[in-house]
Amino acid sequence: MQAAASDHLPHPASRPAALLGRWFGGWRIAAFLVSLITLVPLVVVLSSFLVPASEIWQHLSRNVLPELLRNTFWLVAGVALGTGVLGTSLAWLTAVCEFPGRRFFSWALMLPLAIPAYVTAFVGIGLLDYTGPLQSALRDLFGSSAWFPPIRSRGGVILVMTLALYPYVYLLARNAFLTQGKRSLEVGQSLGLSRWQGFFKVALPMARPWLAAGIMLAMMETLADFGTVAVFNYDTFTTAIYKAWFGLFSLAAAAQLASILVLLVLALVLFEQAWRRGKRYHAVGRSQLSRLALSRRARLAACAYASLVLAAAFVIPVLQLLVWSVQVFAEDFDARYPSFVWHSVALSAMAALLVVSAALVLVYTVRLHRDWPTLFFSRLSTLGYAIPGTVLAVGIFIPIAWLDNQLIALLKAGFGVDTGAVLRGTLVVMLLAYVARFLAAGFNPIDSAMQRITKNQEEAARGMGITGWRLFARVHLPLLRGGLLTGAILVFVDVMKEMPITLMTRPFGWDTLAVRIFEMTSEGQWERAALPALALVVAGLLPVILLTRQSEA
Amino acid sequence: MNSVASIRAPSAPEPLLRLDRISHTYGATNTFSDLGFSLEKGRIGCLLGPSGCGKTTALRCIAGFESISSGTIHLNGQQVGSATFSLPAHQRRIGMVFQDYALFPHLSVRDNIGFGLRGADRMQRTRRVAELLEIVGLNTLGDAYPHELSGGQQQRVALARALAPQPDLLLLDEPFSNLDVALRERLGLEVRDILRQQNTTAVLVTHDQHEAFAIADEIGVLHQGVIQQWDTAYNLYHEPANLFVAGFIGEGVLIPGAVVGAATLDIELGRVPAQLPACCASGCRVDVLVRPDDIVHDDASSMQATVLAKAFRGADFLYTLQLASGTRVLSLIPSHHNHALGEKIGIRLEIDHVIAFEHPDC
Repeated sequence: MQAAASDHLPHPASRPAALLGRWFGGWRIAAFLVSLITLVPLVVVLSSFLVPASEIWQHLSRNVLPELLRNTFWLVAGVALGTGVLGTSLAWLTAVCEFPGRRFFSWALMLPLAIPAYVTAFVGIGLLDYTGPLQSALRDLFGSSAWFPPIRSRGGVILVMTLALYPYVYLLARNAFLTQGKRSLEVGQSLGLSRWQGFFKVALPMARPWLAAGIMLAMMETLADFGTVAVFNYDTFTTAIYKAWFGLFSLAAAAQLASILVLLVLALVLFEQAWRRGKRYHAVGRSQLSRLALSRRARLAACAYASLVLAAAFVIPVLQLLVWSVQVFAEDFDARYPSFVWHSVALSAMAALLVVSAALVLVYTVRLHRDWPTLFFSRLSTLGYAIPGTVLAVGIFIPIAWLDNQLIALLKAGFGVDTGAVLRGTLVVMLLAYVARFLAAGFNPIDSAMQRITKNQEEAARGMGITGWRLFARVHLPLLRGGLLTGAILVFVDVMKEMPITLMTRPFGWDTLAVRIFEMTSEGQWERAALPALALVVAGLLPVILLTRQSEA
Repeated sequence: MNSVASIRAPSAPEPLLRLDRISHTYGATNTFSDLGFSLEKGRIGCLLGPSGCGKTTALRCIAGFESISSGTIHLNGQQVGSATFSLPAHQRRIGMVFQDYALFPHLSVRDNIGFGLRGADRMQRTRRVAELLEIVGLNTLGDAYPHELSGGQQQRVALARALAPQPDLLLLDEPFSNLDVALRERLGLEVRDILRQQNTTAVLVTHDQHEAFAIADEIGVLHQGVIQQWDTAYNLYHEPANLFVAGFIGEGVLIPGAVVGAATLDIELGRVPAQLPACCASGCRVDVLVRPDDIVHDDASSMQATVLAKAFRGADFLYTLQLASGTRVLSLIPSHHNHALGEKIGIRLEIDHVIAFEHPDC
């Protein structure tokens, strides 16, 4: 062991070093295998773009595709604008200005992250639809002529998704404004700009990388969303993929639709990367002598505005869920409910364990090898966060099904047994899809924990003769504990809320809370979806607490 | 202490900047109160003090980023701040160089410098930016971005950006504190030349007396929210108004002395003429400020002192010496006089200004 201690010192010729070189090559192979989980479905889906058009595809491309593109475009554009305006304005108010309740709002405005968008969606429809309590009350008051904007509309989806996703922009914009908001105004003022001019000419442009990152996240989530648009019957690629597979039973058509969605996502990713290149903004320094004083009227307006957003995005949905839950508790809290919870928890826990292990392999490999293939494949494997669950479900099911057929044939030829499906219909497909989708969620906290371990700390351990596995177990692992835990919690909650992968690839009988919500909402039984939704909200509060803690620190 | 301290005669025309008994409160605490000074056009003033003395806040009040709770601020004869009124910062025609430079990371050097030149047409703007690039010596770096520059270069861009709109008053907040010592001194002199050349009126805030000495014409020593003395660097060093200034500026020790005549006192190092505090009569006890350059090495002198410690400073040693009574003094002695610790050497007092302060039990 002592002899092997020379691992990183330049002894290319010595035997132990060569052995270790091969051993660390093992890390790279493991990392490569992890990246295949994302890479294979991508390649499978994209290659189906080139498959000759089937009859079903011809029908789809002629009659459905134009509407899908139109719907997707307006939805993404609307959500980008909505989250941008809402997130930026709220971040500015809580980070730079002073108004009644500012301290409370600065964390409370992140709470909507705890509610999956599809839950906000069905609560919104349940409340505001023609048969909902609000419109009924209005009709009672003003007669049947009372006009109300239709909630099941493009505007309605955009509104709901904006309310659910603005916290991404809010969180990042707030970070930017906290470090440089007030100061940037002062610089502007010292150069003759009024506050308003300073906000638009200095503060906003300087916060642009953060705003762009937040809006980009919201756009990715929108493209990936399945549950919300399903509730609204607003057809986008994700619902079309689902319908092609489970309605038309054409996996090929589903894959072709998925390939277009992937292209859209990749275009967005590339656009973001190109836009951000070479723009490494540094904080301009902190200046927090005093917050911006607002006029009396502006203070009240700010408080009212923040209250309104918080009420619409969190308080009212949660209250409504509670009311519905109480109504249906007696009949819905039966033997099936604990089984939904159990399935959700079991799947989330398995996925979290897998993702964290895979992410740890990636993080450690990158730590050991900073060469381009390693970096390239690790970047690639964390790209899954951008790829919608529907796409991954299709992209993983197809190769697994192919593998299954090979296995069946092999077993039949070799042993003369007819096994039936081996992998298909098991948890394997689902878990692989989860890993691909949520690897980034686990990777990022572990990676940043790893970055905090300095090379000198490693050297200090090496100097005491601790190397290789012992270095990993005694130095890295204990120091990574916080990151591993955060990663596991984030993935756990993400998987619990996940809808399309679960819906499309679950083995028979594995109904989770999210599946239950989908089934109830597709029949319009909003109140019966409330109890499972409430469980998701409670779980969803965990990562929000983590986030608030981080941003307050 | 004078509420308005100025070196110029009171009959001079309205100064460019006048602070009259201003106070600032942050929450329940007073940052400073009754602070006042004025500055003629073209002069460079400095607020010098240890950290937390309120100097940066005073600067921010002048800029208009903070409001004052009493007193008035006049700029160019116009009242810009009082307890009830505060002209918005962007209308005060001030320029500011921030401690961390606060350059715009998304703009090139050229665009940073031209940022405040609104209203000017393209030609004028381009010309003015080119002119400033020339002045600060960054002609070749106009297209670079702030993060590509060194600290000193960023500092120059910040200065150029603040000077570009030709502000009536330039404010510099600890402008060199982020630079290393060698660069700090060189850049300090450079900035002084630029400000002179542009005939800029400026107020500098710093905790570093060398920086203040290098740049400012007049310096206010600020301590606990009070200007202890507003004077030239020379006078601050040689004629400190009180014990704080004596201790804060330069090196030196206070040794006890006894008044023996109308303008004469005895200290351990001999009998010296002195200007005495008002309350002191014969027999009164005082403290006398002795700078290291007041004590010279003289082998012929009968007065002997023991070397307690020595610090090599290149051209000279700073010796800590112990007199017969046990009193310690500092002495700056050319470095070819290399004496061992514990050695006794001859010293002599060579003092022009004797500054005596009332002893606490006077």
